[in-house]
Amino acid sequence: MRKSIRRIGFKVAASVVVIVAAASVTFFAQLAVPGDRATALMNLQTGQDKAWTPEELAPLNERYGFDDPIAVQYLDYVTGLFRGDLGTSYTQKRPVTEVIGGQLLPSLTLTVAALAVAWLLALGITLLTVKRGRVLSGLGSAWEALTASLPHYWVGVVLLVVFAVQLRMFPIIGGTSAWGTVLPVLTLAVPLAGFLGQVTRDEFVHVLDQPFVTTARTRGMSDLSVRLRHVLRHAVLPAVTLSGWALGALVSGAVITENIFGRPGIGQVLVTAVNTRDLPTVSGIVLVVAAVYVVANLLVDLAYAVIDPRLAAAGAR
Amino acid sequence: MTTVDTRLADRLDRRTGTGSLLRVEGLRVRFGGTEVVKGISFTARPGQCLAIVGESGSGKSVTARTLVGLTGANSRVSADRLDLAGTDLRRTSERAWRKLRGSRIGFVLQDALVSLDQLRRVGDEVAEPLRLHGWGTRASRPAKAVELLRAVGVPEPEVKALQRPYELSGGLRQRALIASAIALDPPLLIADEPTTALDVTVQAQVLDLLAAAKERGTSIILISHDLSVVARMADEVAVMRDGEIVEHGPAGQVLHDPRHGYTRMLLDAIPSEHTRGTRLTRRPSRATVSEAGTAPAARTRRPVDRDRPVLQARHLTKVFRGPDKVDRTVVDDVSFDLFGGETLGVVGESGSGKTTLARMALAILQATAGDALLHGEPWSALPPSRRRPLRRRIGVVYQDPLSSFDPRWSVGRILTDALGTATRPPRSDSEARERAVRLLEQVGLAARHLNAAPLRLSGGQRQRVAIARALAPEPSVIVCDEPASALDVSIQAQVLDLLTDLQDELGVSYLFISHDLGVIHHMSDRILVMKDGRVVEHGTAESVFERPRHPYTRRLLTAVPRLGSA
Repeated sequence: MRKSIRRIGFKVAASVVVIVAAASVTFFAQLAVPGDRATALMNLQTGQDKAWTPEELAPLNERYGFDDPIAVQYLDYVTGLFRGDLGTSYTQKRPVTEVIGGQLLPSLTLTVAALAVAWLLALGITLLTVKRGRVLSGLGSAWEALTASLPHYWVGVVLLVVFAVQLRMFPIIGGTSAWGTVLPVLTLAVPLAGFLGQVTRDEFVHVLDQPFVTTARTRGMSDLSVRLRHVLRHAVLPAVTLSGWALGALVSGAVITENIFGRPGIGQVLVTAVNTRDLPTVSGIVLVVAAVYVVANLLVDLAYAVIDPRLAAAGAR
Repeated sequence: MTTVDTRLADRLDRRTGTGSLLRVEGLRVRFGGTEVVKGISFTARPGQCLAIVGESGSGKSVTARTLVGLTGANSRVSADRLDLAGTDLRRTSERAWRKLRGSRIGFVLQDALVSLDQLRRVGDEVAEPLRLHGWGTRASRPAKAVELLRAVGVPEPEVKALQRPYELSGGLRQRALIASAIALDPPLLIADEPTTALDVTVQAQVLDLLAAAKERGTSIILISHDLSVVARMADEVAVMRDGEIVEHGPAGQVLHDPRHGYTRMLLDAIPSEHTRGTRLTRRPSRATVSEAGTAPAARTRRPVDRDRPVLQARHLTKVFRGPDKVDRTVVDDVSFDLFGGETLGVVGESGSGKTTLARMALAILQATAGDALLHGEPWSALPPSRRRPLRRRIGVVYQDPLSSFDPRWSVGRILTDALGTATRPPRSDSEARERAVRLLEQVGLAARHLNAAPLRLSGGQRQRVAIARALAPEPSVIVCDEPASALDVSIQAQVLDLLTDLQDELGVSYLFISHDLGVIHHMSDRILVMKDGRVVEHGTAESVFERPRHPYTRRLLTAVPRLGSA
């Protein structure tokens, strides 16, 4: 038990290092953008495009600390990070945390719900179709191959046109209401479900041929119980590993989906920030996405250890 | 055929005075267009053990699975009679089968590492049949599982029940598997190769466990490829070949007075103390001109050259450091001399350090201390660049040749590649081909095998190619690491005969590693017995087998299954 706590502590520490590294990269990327930052900012705020005198730029330099040595600016940025300060948005003149904060929850709801629905779809289809006769198995794997290859924007537009515009079952612009979240979640979940299903199916077929499955059958277990109690646990392992990556990928998919369905979220904020060259906001979002990746992978590691204790045993040995 | 078997069954019924539990008549199983079980008949009786023996592909495992209604997809089963204590199994629905499995028929598969669910606790696995058949309650089943584990001799059953199969040793896993099969005390227990992959001492314990179930009145059907394993506990033996039972009768008669040529061949093929110095196969395995016709059964040995050892180990020691930073001594101060034309057997159970010793002798693995000498010259101590030209003097044959071949290479390419390292490499392609064909003929294959891919060859043919490859550079020593352990007994006999023939012909020396005491006794002039990395006993084959001094050797020898015990 103490060993596993130490292992988790080590993972958390490693995650913090990853986030600081991501912050450092975004910080120096900001510096690498050509041109003087104060000039760019002044042009942005006034809507003009000209060279400003040092006197005109002085207040901005003062406010954002552009005159300080790079090392000091970097330290300020990183220490600010630990205080929950991601800097100030150029365009909105509010702290970046505030700009992102209000939009983060709808996006997280969307991605986490999409991951959950994707898992349900993938497991349901796998359980029902793997090795259930040629026709059913064929249908299952064809469905997975088809959906795995669909791009989000296409799925989103089709769902919108069919279910919101034609059938009027769902609102076209749903906001963050539960009913309005259904179509965006499906948009993200359907391609991911196909992908997770393909991985799970391969493993499922492999595990069904294992001798311990035969042993379970010789004890008088029914086919469905064998699938649920023995095979499933083995078969989900590869897909669990992929889920950490998938949650991160869903965040980028969310940008498109939020646009299609006119849904608030960091996707909208990101698009606006990139268009207006609002570098602190862009960096802030990059950091948030990095944090989501890190947390997701941490959770995946924990889930994996729960499902397959062999791994923890090997690590502790 | 059927009437004969029925009469036999009735005769046995009368003699043993017991009725039948399972009656099988004219059982046929086909997969697609091929019939793999061709109308076999047998009877299982309470408190008796029926052994079904056969080599791979004989249909014995398919038969076992058919008896629990799990023949597999695309199979068609038909029988004149298939009765389990009055239940007609031919007309049993899937739902009814599920009620029978586990409660009326227990089933034990081989190798519990893959036959138990690795992700679940041992106790849950053992209690699963109880849960499936509604025995007890959720609260009472764990205690019953612990009780069952204790009954099969698992030490600290409370602790082991909470562990997972990979945390248990091979023997304990197999006991847990048996505990789960006998949980509901089924009247019929089918064991499909229950001791394959186990060390001899553990194998003996597992067989004792099955014998104890037999004493309690359970009817046992034991499926095995090994006649000497079944000799220990079978009352009746059925020998299967190509889906047919070729011989069936009381164990004593089948094992000691076989009527069928195939049974006789199987019995002859078992290497043991009685087969030393003779061939295991009746006819020569390869027909060279001089040997054509009836070859003498006895070997004509070359004298062993005792002047100077060809391979010498001096205090070889290997220490591996585990991930927990604890050093483990895998081979501890082992010395030996191997003389020209001699076979030195190394025997021990899994984990005794046999293979590590072989790898150090081959100078593939750096020794922690000590060194190996080849022809009295430094060998393992040389830098790799100076060792390479000497490599051709020492060859190696592994248990699984397939993994040591490039699967895309043809047999011809494998051999010409090996010929390239010889003292006198072939000067032209035609010479290489000629020499490759000569090698193939030496190991009982022919020129037509040159273009074959190793994947398409049978296990025995692959091992012959591996031997041909080892011979290509004309080495004076060949290290054989379990060269015949993965093969059927009749094929094993051919490969062992080939090795002894080559020794008599070429005077090559073998460092012969095996876990099988019969094979070691058959092959070796002198023997090292290894345990936990140390040599606990060494000496000539006669002295080690007839006058063992170390208690471990004695324990090994009593655990060896013997035909004589039937």
